Amino acid sequence: MNMPFPNLAPVTPEIILSIAAMLLLLMELVFKNKGVLALAGLIAVAVTLYVLPSSFGTTFGGMFISDSYSMYFKLIFMINLALTILLSLKYLQREKAECGEYYSLLLFATTGMMIMASARDFIVLYLGLELMALSTYVLAGIKRNDIKSNEAALKYFLLGAFSSALLLYGISLLYGLTTTTDLYKIAAQLQQSEVSTTLLLSMILIAVAFSFKIAAAPFHMWAPDVYEGAPTSITAFMSVGPKAAGFAVIGRVFYVAFQNVQADWTPILIGIAILTMAVGNILAIAQTNIKRMLAYSSIAHAGYMLVGIIAGTAEGQQAMMTYMLIYAFMNMGAFAVVIMLEKGDEIKDYEGLAKTRPVIAALMLVFMFSLTGIPPTAGFVGKFNIFMAAINAGYVWLVVVAVIFSAISAYYYLRVVMNMYMREPAETAAINPSPSLGLALVISVVMVFVIGIIPSVVIG
Amino acid sequence: MDYPILSTVIFLPVVGALIILLMQRSNEGLIKWSALTFSIINFILSIPLFTSFNKTTAAMQFTEKYKWIPGWNINYALGVDGISVLFVLLSTLLTVLCVSVSWKSVKQKTKEFFAALLLIEGSMIGVFCSVDLFLFYIFWEAMLIPMYLLIGVWGGPNRIYAAIKFFLFTLVGSVLMLIGIIVLYFNTGKSFDILQMMVTNYPFNLQLILFWAFFAAFAVKVPMFPVHTWLPDAHTEAPTAGSVILAGVLIKMGAYGFLRFSMPILPEATKAMAPAMMVLSVIGIIYGAVICLGQTDLKRLIAYSSVSHMGFVTLGIFALNIQGLQGGILQMLNHGIVTGALFLCIGMIYDRTHTRQIADYGGAATIFPVYAAIFMVFTLASIGLPSTNGFVGEFLIILGGFTASKTVGTISALGIIIGAGYMLWLYQRVFFMEVNPKIQGHNDIDLREILTLVPLIILVFWIGVYPNTFLSFMDVSVQHLIERLNSAGQQNVAQHIIEVIQ
Repeated sequence: MNMPFPNLAPVTPEIILSIAAMLLLLMELVFKNKGVLALAGLIAVAVTLYVLPSSFGTTFGGMFISDSYSMYFKLIFMINLALTILLSLKYLQREKAECGEYYSLLLFATTGMMIMASARDFIVLYLGLELMALSTYVLAGIKRNDIKSNEAALKYFLLGAFSSALLLYGISLLYGLTTTTDLYKIAAQLQQSEVSTTLLLSMILIAVAFSFKIAAAPFHMWAPDVYEGAPTSITAFMSVGPKAAGFAVIGRVFYVAFQNVQADWTPILIGIAILTMAVGNILAIAQTNIKRMLAYSSIAHAGYMLVGIIAGTAEGQQAMMTYMLIYAFMNMGAFAVVIMLEKGDEIKDYEGLAKTRPVIAALMLVFMFSLTGIPPTAGFVGKFNIFMAAINAGYVWLVVVAVIFSAISAYYYLRVVMNMYMREPAETAAINPSPSLGLALVISVVMVFVIGIIPSVVIG
Repeated sequence: MDYPILSTVIFLPVVGALIILLMQRSNEGLIKWSALTFSIINFILSIPLFTSFNKTTAAMQFTEKYKWIPGWNINYALGVDGISVLFVLLSTLLTVLCVSVSWKSVKQKTKEFFAALLLIEGSMIGVFCSVDLFLFYIFWEAMLIPMYLLIGVWGGPNRIYAAIKFFLFTLVGSVLMLIGIIVLYFNTGKSFDILQMMVTNYPFNLQLILFWAFFAAFAVKVPMFPVHTWLPDAHTEAPTAGSVILAGVLIKMGAYGFLRFSMPILPEATKAMAPAMMVLSVIGIIYGAVICLGQTDLKRLIAYSSVSHMGFVTLGIFALNIQGLQGGILQMLNHGIVTGALFLCIGMIYDRTHTRQIADYGGAATIFPVYAAIFMVFTLASIGLPSTNGFVGEFLIILGGFTASKTVGTISALGIIIGAGYMLWLYQRVFFMEVNPKIQGHNDIDLREILTLVPLIILVFWIGVYPNTFLSFMDVSVQHLIERLNSAGQQNVAQHIIEVIQ
């Protein structure tokens, strides 16, 4: 069989990033100073961003597509990667977890996410998903001597493997029904056939597998433990990257492959969304560890984003994407503050921070109010956007549920603010400032305000 | 007028707050003087609203409109009419007084305190000036952040509980309104323009649902019975300036919301629900007044009296006639002045004695003679004695209440009697009788404090003797509102008759 050489233009960003990842592996042998690796990683991000806009197209026989949808997510992945590298630099030295593979694995994981966002075929999707997942398993356990980090990695790996199996099962059932793994061909096939139990089962399995990735209830159990145990920089990375990738494939699979059976998957997702918002917001109240609290908060935010998907309209999809971008900034910002503090894992560590470290406390205040969704921060714009799309699609009651849970969330976000501003400090909190961390914080807080005050930068 | 006056009075305090935040923490004098300067300049800048306001039109004045978020058809649109203009002035005036009264009493985090105060001023004025519902909501919610901090950081012993309670109550109400706002947006052809909403006729069932969605936010803010429970805690625990802002302006925003949104946008639902609102108002009047009789804490007593007085305000508004509406709006102003003044007074004496328990006082008139005289003025104004502002407002409201329903009017008048009871009894326990040794040895109020109260004393008598200065501002706007209420219903009836005939 004569195979023509595939058009590589649409995959250039992925190729660049994976080559950079491999180069980083080699550079690790040469350079003692790991800062060089971080810098190289940032350069790779810059180059990838540079070629990204010119990579439109479909390739590999239609299995891989680079369109504005995937590009938007790739932009989020790049922001996530760049901010994570900025967060990691000093943090790794402090935790003595510095090793060259770290940055390389970050790049590989991000490549996996990009492939997921561009997948037009279940096989490619699975490929990207595994590349992302395997890299993050290792990253979660990169503090080899830390028992909690080990636990996190193992837990993440076992449950992740489990969800991969479910996904494969769902895909194979779907293949049995439609004899194809191409998303568009599946859509065409499903137009003709009746909704069978097998199709429903396969949709449920796929939804469950993706729910693992975005940490939606009731498949969220891994998130708090992994978030707590993993190095904080990786927690920050995981709370945005894999979640965004998960939403990218949910958006693609459910809006393309299952577009004709929307009435059948909507109830499944509604159930998951409500449960996710309930579990995330209610359990977050009881947390005393801020990383666990942010884990539950990230679960809750997955619930809001699902509401955008449920709307089932282009508007809803865009709202979800915008929310993801906004969430990336505010969540990364919050984790940057956690990393900035020498001792910042427990919520009570924040007592009196406004007195001893007023600037850091003010930054945390902004991120907490943004996560709550209070204007004039970006968090409000994101929520407003989602609610508007869902109401336009007729899901007023679902939005009522969402806003009630959103109001509940104020309680635990404000508890951090309360600790910082209304309690007396036990001692002056030690901090670990570094230029890169400062840069990450500045980027996050500026974006939170810019999007909050001039939403036009992300709307339309 | 050659500058965008509304934008200036909204954003000058915000700019001031940012400048103060950049100042050196140790330089407290500079921080205080800049806060005072910014608030006074802002008050002066807002005076043209008073002097060059056109009283012959119900249209929005001093309007500004710029495209803000074209994707959602959202404009940065500002404007004031006869209903809102006086509240802008009240906000700028009270902020000056709040800065003055906090001069010595705020001892920690001075920088953040005055910045928060100015941020609150900006967002309050923004609420009263917005003519775009989205913009309105931004200001409405943004105020929660500095207010939460004001109560929680500089408040009394139970401040953390009070702050979170205030925040959660208000937030739950607000997010329900948010849904109402979005639903309204789609039913107005994707527009947040309030003026356009005021001329759109919505189906009755939709109006009814929206009315309750808006009610959730406004009733919590007012606060109406039974969602008033955050108020006593927040008022009591907040620092003096916080209590003054809360009582003076913030809770007016709820009543203002009814006037600006519920009535003109949802006229039929308003008419249908007016009896229920009047009943809730009367319950608030009597309940608040009776609770006052049992209070042992000075601030808590005044806080509960707010529940009663705001009951009068909503009663006047939902009487849905000229007298009631004018009385309601005037009483909002009066309550802002009088209760604001009472909280200022309590703050001043608290700075000296550090107790709010009524039992710790007695014979204060001997020790603070000037203070006692001023307090008497505000006590009588609060009761509604003729020639003070309280009389005019309450008189108009009860007049309106009687026109709407004799029973409601009668019961609400009872509230005034109980009001006289608790206020005079309070005055007696604090200022007369034997001198309590706990308050011995303190100085009377100084010039700064007297100057803080003088503007309010002038206003008490000005409105009391010649209310027309202020009533004339709202005449045309209130007339317009009543016409809107009546015409909307008639159109519907006419339409209904046509349908039946067909």
